[in-house]
Amino acid sequence: MDAKAEPVISLRGVRAELGSRPVLRGIDLTVHRGEVVALLGANGSGKSTAVRSVIGQVPIGAGEIELFGAPHRRFGDWARVGYVPQRTTAAGGVPATVTEIVTSGRLSRARFGVLRKADHAAVRRALELVGMADRAKDSVDALSGGQHQRVLIARALAAEPELLIMDEPMAGVDLASQEVLAQTLRTQVAGGATVLLVLHELGPLEPLIDRAVVLRDGCVTHDGPPPRAVGQHALPGHDHVHPHAPAGAEPIRTGLLS
Amino acid sequence: MDFLDYAFMQRALLAAVLVGITAPAVGIYLVQRRQALMGDGIGHVAMTGVGLGFLLSASPVWMATAVSVLGAILMELIRWYGRTRGDIALAMLFYGGMAGGVMFINLAPTGSNANLTSYLFGSLSTVSEEDVTSICLLAAFVVVVTLGLRRQLFAVSQDEEFARVTGLPVRALNLLTAVTAAVTVTVAMRVVGLLLVSALMVVPVAAAQQLTRSFAATFAVAVAIGVSVTIGGTVTSYYQDVPPGATIVLLTIGAFIVMTALAAPLARRRARALAAAQTAGDPGECTIPATREAGDGVGV
Repeated sequence: MDAKAEPVISLRGVRAELGSRPVLRGIDLTVHRGEVVALLGANGSGKSTAVRSVIGQVPIGAGEIELFGAPHRRFGDWARVGYVPQRTTAAGGVPATVTEIVTSGRLSRARFGVLRKADHAAVRRALELVGMADRAKDSVDALSGGQHQRVLIARALAAEPELLIMDEPMAGVDLASQEVLAQTLRTQVAGGATVLLVLHELGPLEPLIDRAVVLRDGCVTHDGPPPRAVGQHALPGHDHVHPHAPAGAEPIRTGLLS
Repeated sequence: MDFLDYAFMQRALLAAVLVGITAPAVGIYLVQRRQALMGDGIGHVAMTGVGLGFLLSASPVWMATAVSVLGAILMELIRWYGRTRGDIALAMLFYGGMAGGVMFINLAPTGSNANLTSYLFGSLSTVSEEDVTSICLLAAFVVVVTLGLRRQLFAVSQDEEFARVTGLPVRALNLLTAVTAAVTVTVAMRVVGLLLVSALMVVPVAAAQQLTRSFAATFAVAVAIGVSVTIGGTVTSYYQDVPPGATIVLLTIGAFIVMTALAAPLARRRARALAAAQTAGDPGECTIPATREAGDGVGV
């Protein structure tokens, strides 16, 4: 079988409920090796729930999830997955340095929490990738919002994962950090990584994205090349009416203002 | 240093030092997970254990250990499963534990409220040879867990969801934290008492983080403060005839105030150093043009 075609993530008919409200109503989603897939949709469309079901943080009611070809229940090789949760801060209740936080992402590769030379080197590399090596010994409390996000991404990269799953990595990130994040992602993709991103809008990552999957009310309404917005359509807040949508359907509200 | 000649003072000091080490060592993880008052809850539950110890003529320290470990596991399970009314369940556990303690100790033939008071507020001078042995064993367990598993506990307390995705046994580590906190409560019970134990778990950490920037430094400074105040409080209570538990807690709060006062000038100096480092790269301040165009070129 062609290695390129091997699915890294495969969801088939996945349903999930939060409380008693159905959030995912039969999602099919396949991400192949080396692909960069963006999951788009308005608030409450189920995109965060979909990625959180992939990493096992939301119990699914029906359907099947496979990671690297293994059924979810039996998948145990979490060092191959780098996860960037949706957070505005990397800080906890006690001060911690950038290095301390990024090191916690390396534990999946370290036996019994014992770190070797190679582990410390991997943590340093991850910090360099996001351009935070010069802040390694600083407390995360002293960082800006964009720098917090870079720390969270470095933490996911510390385990040198094959699959990166990111939940809104660009939320609340300044322009300079957005550029660094796009560059980081470009390096990862060039190195053969597979990426699944939840995004509110395509933004500066657009040129990197191979495929966009749009969710609405817990259903997939578009799966194909990213919808290219031009002119006024590209403005944030614009409701995007997609040609694939059935006639008379509600416009897909991906904009910030909808 | 004449107080060292007395066997009861040697025992008291040993117990105090062990509490000074273990309480902040566990407390730092509770503060990190923003569960600073968990120690207080366990302290309430442990009262039932003390009461049962008197009622069944068993060792109150070991009985309290058993009951508070069960209580801590129950609290962790409530946090896990009970999403909506978890706080109510915890409140019932806390006050049920306290009421159970008072009830059992009054039912016990040898018990009275006076016995209970020595557990509520600590009674260093009555620490027996047997107590010291139990305290040493329990403290060793706490130190092994909090230092040996520091990376795992840090990861889980920092970001539980992320820790689960890295494949860490998060549920087991959470239960272990709860059990370790419960054990620490019973270690500290004889020294500062069940009602004051939470102060020694939380306040040294809060004091340390006024000055520190890393987790490792916070851990070290918090333990140093813990040991200093427990020794200081014990020695003071020998000379001045004041209750050791209350003295230790007041000293800890004093340490917090001193650290906070020291922190302000230090933070200013760090901010200046950071600003200096950044101006080396870019102009830093905004430059405002000397002359402005009419309306700055803004159309209506």
